[in-house]
Amino acid sequence: MKTFKLGGVHPPENKLSAQAAIEYLPLPKQVIVPIGQHLGAPATPVVKKGDEVKVGQLLAKASGFISANIHSPVSGKVFKIDSVYDSSGYRKPSIIINVDGDDWLENIDKSKDIVKDIKLSNKEIVDKINEMGVVGLGGATFPSFVKLMVPEGKKVEYLVINGVECEPYLTSDHRLMLERGEEMMIGISILMKGLNVEKALIGVENNKPDAIEELKKLAKNFKGVEIHPLKVQYPQGGEKQLIQAITGREVPSGKLPLEVGCVVNNVGTALAVYEAIQKNKPLIERVVTVTGKSVKKPSNFMVRIGTPVKELIEAAEGLPEDTGKIINGGPMMGKALLNTDVPVVKGTSGILIMPDKESKRGDTSNCIRCAKCVQVCPMGLEPVYLSKTSKLQMFDKVEAERVMDCIECGSCSYTCPANIPLLDFIRFGKNKVGGIIRNRNKK
Amino acid sequence: MNEVIIYAVSSLGVLAIVAAVILYFVAQKFKVFEDPRIDDVEEVLPSANCGGCGYAGCRAFAEAIVKEGTLEGFNCPVGGSDIMVDVGKVMGMEADMAEPQIAVVRCSGSVVNSPAKVKYDGISNCAAAATVFSGEGGCSFGCLGLGDCEVSCDFDAIHINPETMLPEVTANCVACNACVVACPKDIIELRNVGKKERRIYVACVNEEKGAPAKKNCDVACIGCAKCFKVCPFDAIEMKNNRAYIDFEKCKLCRKCEPVCPTNAIHEINFPLRKLKPEGEKPAAKKAAPAKAAVAEKAAPAPKAEKEVKKVEEPVAKKDSETKENEEKA
Repeated sequence: MKTFKLGGVHPPENKLSAQAAIEYLPLPKQVIVPIGQHLGAPATPVVKKGDEVKVGQLLAKASGFISANIHSPVSGKVFKIDSVYDSSGYRKPSIIINVDGDDWLENIDKSKDIVKDIKLSNKEIVDKINEMGVVGLGGATFPSFVKLMVPEGKKVEYLVINGVECEPYLTSDHRLMLERGEEMMIGISILMKGLNVEKALIGVENNKPDAIEELKKLAKNFKGVEIHPLKVQYPQGGEKQLIQAITGREVPSGKLPLEVGCVVNNVGTALAVYEAIQKNKPLIERVVTVTGKSVKKPSNFMVRIGTPVKELIEAAEGLPEDTGKIINGGPMMGKALLNTDVPVVKGTSGILIMPDKESKRGDTSNCIRCAKCVQVCPMGLEPVYLSKTSKLQMFDKVEAERVMDCIECGSCSYTCPANIPLLDFIRFGKNKVGGIIRNRNKK
Repeated sequence: MNEVIIYAVSSLGVLAIVAAVILYFVAQKFKVFEDPRIDDVEEVLPSANCGGCGYAGCRAFAEAIVKEGTLEGFNCPVGGSDIMVDVGKVMGMEADMAEPQIAVVRCSGSVVNSPAKVKYDGISNCAAAATVFSGEGGCSFGCLGLGDCEVSCDFDAIHINPETMLPEVTANCVACNACVVACPKDIIELRNVGKKERRIYVACVNEEKGAPAKKNCDVACIGCAKCFKVCPFDAIEMKNNRAYIDFEKCKLCRKCEPVCPTNAIHEINFPLRKLKPEGEKPAAKKAAPAKAAVAEKAAPAPKAEKEVKKVEEPVAKKDSETKENEEKA
């Protein structure tokens, strides 16, 4: 069975909600829609306080090339445009809408009918994806249309579709592949047309045999789509790791997947692309897994963007008593939430509720030079050295050791027998080095 | 036997002369002129190599002074104006007397004033923590209390008080700017030491509106502009929902401090106000016990008593207000 070559770990999978079908949550009373939900420049609001908005109406316009439109996930009245605490406790400008009914824009096809014919040309596809505010739903929220604009002189051979979901606990992509497989496949065909490629390779880890079977069945009707079952290994969902696992090609340091003729998209993105192109529906909802060992009802919810996280937890039958941490995302890369009033955004893939005893960090002891972190690093870095130099703020050395290649997967911290918070220091160093590089480029 | 000695001495002597001639011409050719004043200036400097002046060390500072040939814009924060006068003597010019400065911590969000709502479990590094979360107390502008300033200080002048989890500056401070740069929240500022080391400043950098600021911290500046209105010298500016006292313009009249409804304005090294010194401003004392201790040490000057009389009224008003507030609470 195929997997990537370098490093990787295999944490307990704990896919508790794998069998829970996607549920539609009732509409919240109020939604908070941050204007910066994607990688790149925040969007510029085009509505003002007191405006009546419909579902799918443009709320904020992309500002700059790498940016994305934001559409209203609900219908109602704009309550105010104000800064609201985000998941890390800093205030970010957001549009707050009081929900009133569920009135959709007329040109959006709300029916469940599957539209197979792709009428648009590839130029139109790219423009429409841009217009509908589709971003990568794998977590990085990179605006999708940018990936489809292949620079001249570069040739794309494969569209790689990420159905790996290597993070433990999370099951949102898994359920999507099972339940919305056909629509997703059409989405993949649209992406193939947009990119002008003949082949799409879907990577799925073999801990999801039902999804692999379903996709293989569907793939017979779609030309050029191949399913690649992969050995379970974290962080296979990283695009560089996925490309290596499926095609055996290695993306050079500091380069994009385009360099080896690949473009990677997530399965969730493929579905969003289908809805944007065939149904005229902007990216206004997504699947969020709510899970945890003591959660009474681990579930997968289809929720509108902007729904407060506490409503999701409520729908999963409440916060367990022994809650230690609420994590936005999976256990490996997710970030702890400061409170549950924060909204679901385009990049929220799961809410993980960790019991108290599991959420605490163990005592740190000294590094014994066992090199386990070096062994598991999927990018071939030396986490121990990076973290040490970051701690000492020797940023020139940190940069020379290729800190910018770090994908922040956390395998090093996970594996360290001395419990050293390697990734915390590396992230700090990466942050600083990123700033230094930006300043240098400005000059 | 004698011949051997003569040969040895003469051949070595010839070699020495040839080498001396070569070395002389090489030395002429590759001569580097160094202004002797650089050494002299460096001698005068404190050799702390802290970088507070903005140069890579004392030597680089001395080179820069000699190169520029002026003292304008140069200041050694460690040595202060005394050292600059000495440097001026070496250089044969007048030093402009820079006002001595000290680092001031503009946050009072102690564990009491801004109780923790969440628990941070990550690495003890403010710069790293600031990238992942806003702060345990909920104020995203306040001190994280993880001590980057303490680590950055070469002079043992700033320490985190384990009771309040806020940094406190001691008299060792030479205003080298290291902690100002180290603080990711821009809380620390260099301010003039002031007459008799008396200073008044707004100990808050929160830019939120009043209600959310106050919700997270009892002593936050809520941007009410009361101090702005009362200031007779236009020394206070209101910007981004907070007050800032310009230390260049402030005449230390103490009018702003009693009108502050949240005790966000701190005065340091002033004698206690005459009226009911014990019952006065209980919240402020709780907020900064160290500050109160410093204030008690300072002997009340007769001139200051006059000032106190002038501001008696607002103090009394303030006092009753705090009491009322306390009763409400």
